[in-house]
Amino acid sequence: MIRRLLLAILIALAVPAIVIVPTAIVAQAPAATSGATGGPGPAETSHPPIVPSASGVPTAATLNPEREEMVRRLASELRCPVCQGLSVQDSPTELSMQMKAVIRGQLEQGKTPDEVRAYFVARYGEWILLKPEASGFNLVIYFLPLAMLLAGGVWVAFTVRRWRKHGGDVAPYPAEEPA
Amino acid sequence: MNWKRVAMVLLGLVPVIGLLAFGLSRDPRQIDSPLPGRAAPMFDLPIFTDPSGKQLGRTVRLEQLRGQVVVLNFWASWCLACRGEHTVLSTVARKYEGQGVQFFGVLYNDTPENGERWIAEMGGQAYPALADDGARTAIDFGLYGVPETFIIGPDGRVAYKHVGPVTEEVLVEWIEKLRAGAPATEGAS
Repeated sequence: MIRRLLLAILIALAVPAIVIVPTAIVAQAPAATSGATGGPGPAETSHPPIVPSASGVPTAATLNPEREEMVRRLASELRCPVCQGLSVQDSPTELSMQMKAVIRGQLEQGKTPDEVRAYFVARYGEWILLKPEASGFNLVIYFLPLAMLLAGGVWVAFTVRRWRKHGGDVAPYPAEEPA
Repeated sequence: MNWKRVAMVLLGLVPVIGLLAFGLSRDPRQIDSPLPGRAAPMFDLPIFTDPSGKQLGRTVRLEQLRGQVVVLNFWASWCLACRGEHTVLSTVARKYEGQGVQFFGVLYNDTPENGERWIAEMGGQAYPALADDGARTAIDFGLYGVPETFIIGPDGRVAYKHVGPVTEEVLVEWIEKLRAGAPATEGAS
């Protein structure tokens, strides 16, 4: 009986895990790869060698702690276009440094963080945002795991209740009738 | 067989499998560009090599090219795939010379010296090469690798974005479509 209960709990926990994996794949989705060969898409494109670059690094004259904090925050929200799952902030690539310089430049021009985000989304699509906006189909990513967790909990509670009702001696499901 | 139980299990499994299938059937490397159909980002870039040598140092502004079809190819000397498409671009550029079609090569994260050397190695280039300091124009066009080619219509809108080495068929098809007056439409590869 305990084995059945443990199995029920295991299944209830496994279902949300199964859901989280594909949704995480959708959220992570496109990540460009290096190389000049392969099928359609970025596999056919090349990226410069990944070397730390000095471009985009603020100078003492331009350093503004509040603005730099905002640059860091925005860069952390943007996906590095030439990396696998890295943010612009965490990536050492030349393009990421240049993107940070663009962020800094736009903030210096008086653009708001939302306007800077909108600029990158207009160029790269919503793909550029590491955390997809909670709207439309994206809501599935945010709410399905929670819904499945709740459904699993209800199912476990229902099964345990039925098991107790039968004094713990009867299988949680009616046994199949002999053929 | 308890059909009710089977139906309950299926009801739970089908959406999960459907979501898995959706996530796994997508090509994670295929990134749709939002640019086709929209106004092309403005650029103002200096020419660092030119087949005639007469335009060296001049800057190219997109707004000055209104009414013409513009083919903007992003490339670099370190890009292997760019070698394959170089002849194609020069051949089609020569074919449409003086017919309201302008080709430009924009150097991406590379030095003009390397770019010049590469062009000489490749036996020349039929259209001007532009320098893009700090990759500002590349980022404006949502670039994530090279080669990428953008075809801009006479109305200044991006008609088509090609990822990877471009072919003569693709270039001719889009140039002809845009010269025939077709409006910039959604298109990306």
